[in-house]
Amino acid sequence: MRRAAARALSALALLAGLAAAPAAAEPLVADLTSHLIGITGSFTGDSVVLFGATDGPGDVVVVVRGPERDIVVRRKRQVAGIWVNAKEETFAAVPSFYRIASSRPLDAITTPAVRAFHQLGVDDLRLVPTRGPLRPEDQPFRAALIEEQQRDNLFGKTVGKVDFLGDRLFRTTIRFPSNVPTGAYLVQVFLIRDKSVVAGQTTPLAVSKIGLDAEVYDFADRRSAAYGVIAVLTAMVAGWLASLPFRHA
Amino acid sequence: MGPVRAPPALPNPSTSAGPMEIYLPIAEVSLDVLVLLALGGVVGFLSGVFGVGGGFLLTPFLIFIGVPPTVAVASSANQLVGASVSGVLAHWRRGNVDFKMGGVLLAGGFVGSLLGVWLFSLLRRVGQIELVINLSYILLLGTLGGLMLIEGTRAFLRGRKPGAGRRKLHQHNWVHGLPLKMRFRRSKLYISALLPLGLGFFIGILSAIMGVGGGFVMVPAMIYTLGMPTAVVPGTSLFQIIFVAATVTILQAINNRTVDLVLALLLLVGGVIGAQIGSRMGSRLRGEQLRIMLALLVLAVAIKLTFDMTATPAHLYSTAFVQ
Repeated sequence: MRRAAARALSALALLAGLAAAPAAAEPLVADLTSHLIGITGSFTGDSVVLFGATDGPGDVVVVVRGPERDIVVRRKRQVAGIWVNAKEETFAAVPSFYRIASSRPLDAITTPAVRAFHQLGVDDLRLVPTRGPLRPEDQPFRAALIEEQQRDNLFGKTVGKVDFLGDRLFRTTIRFPSNVPTGAYLVQVFLIRDKSVVAGQTTPLAVSKIGLDAEVYDFADRRSAAYGVIAVLTAMVAGWLASLPFRHA
Repeated sequence: MGPVRAPPALPNPSTSAGPMEIYLPIAEVSLDVLVLLALGGVVGFLSGVFGVGGGFLLTPFLIFIGVPPTVAVASSANQLVGASVSGVLAHWRRGNVDFKMGGVLLAGGFVGSLLGVWLFSLLRRVGQIELVINLSYILLLGTLGGLMLIEGTRAFLRGRKPGAGRRKLHQHNWVHGLPLKMRFRRSKLYISALLPLGLGFFIGILSAIMGVGGGFVMVPAMIYTLGMPTAVVPGTSLFQIIFVAATVTILQAINNRTVDLVLALLLLVGGVIGAQIGSRMGSRLRGEQLRIMLALLVLAVAIKLTFDMTATPAHLYSTAFVQ
């Protein structure tokens, strides 16, 4: 209830912000057109629009982070003519999805320290091996991890655009590819003035399988033995049904 | 201002991706339904023509179109259950299934698949599963393809020579000295049960690791090692494959959660139609012609895989989620 009331209030504040610029208004308000990306059988990707207002001139940076997972990076080496996975490095709590958008180029509106602290941009993501701090020899693995995620369209290759309509209203479109990982996402909005973050807001976003696909996946995960038996029986029945029309051939 | 022109036709991303895309819940990728149906159809056609399951083509191709290798292996096994049921029913109506032989093969196959799924999980954890899947394919396909090609070519040449000598019906060797002899009436054999047991065990491991029913190993082994009459071979092979593939499917579902039922069913629909067309086509070709064609196909897959493994990879690094 209280959250709903707060959201209604922030929407009001947004409208108020349009009409006038009250000094007491929040410096930054933003929301998404939808808080759920539902994956169904015909899912081929989706997008949501983030929109908001600031209390005056400034730059806005939007970061989208997917649920964190441990990811192992393996390097191939040629052994007796065959390429095999040789060395590996596991990185802890890697965001499974990462996108960033900004109203102006990041290095024009922030300092390296600000980018590092708020992890603005893939180069400033804190990717730390599970077994300790990042050593120089881990660098190629870190770079490969980012490259691989970018190739899979899970990390953005470029910084997206936050568009301003006038001085205070802004919007950006966040696109999710068909292979988007499921889970709880965070959409962070930063208001930047004089190369430092003066206000921030974090909005949750859920990416989840819905409908039949969700049920199949959940069932396969929770009741894996029953799922296996059902998979076999279904295949058997399908095979039997398929042979019927050809019975007298 | 010039005359108003129609805006250039931009490719609409939602339609260029294909209206027939379907999201596979376990593989977690969207693939074109028509591609999956066609793939099932081609594999089914080949299995109809040659009397093998076609898993050896299906799994590598699924990996090629973007299905994660572990899901490809497990879902191929699931698809195989349905395809084998369909095939066995056809052979059973003609009385061409040796259930006793199938049962003994099965006992070995069950133990083999238990060991195979355990191996699969272990290899996946240490990051070498793809290497083992690929190496197994190259070794098996290379050897079998080579042997079949030699044998098929010889038979082909012999068939052309008028008055070529007939082969002995039965050759006795060390195999017939093994203990635990059993009588297999339908196969007209009196051999040691250890032979089909061992063969089944080996195929069970292959099924679990490679996602294949092992028909392309089983069929030649039944003919040349066990000495079974050719007529009962496909039906009996398929009969035991049902159970081995079912065991593999259930074990993969429990241990690795990699069985995609939606994927398997789509492949199955195309597969059964292809198999019926294929078996009609196959009956018009001569046996040795079929074997030479199958040998060339098997060798082509082996050469492709060898090339992939030895050529410098486009990307030296690979990533995977830690489970």
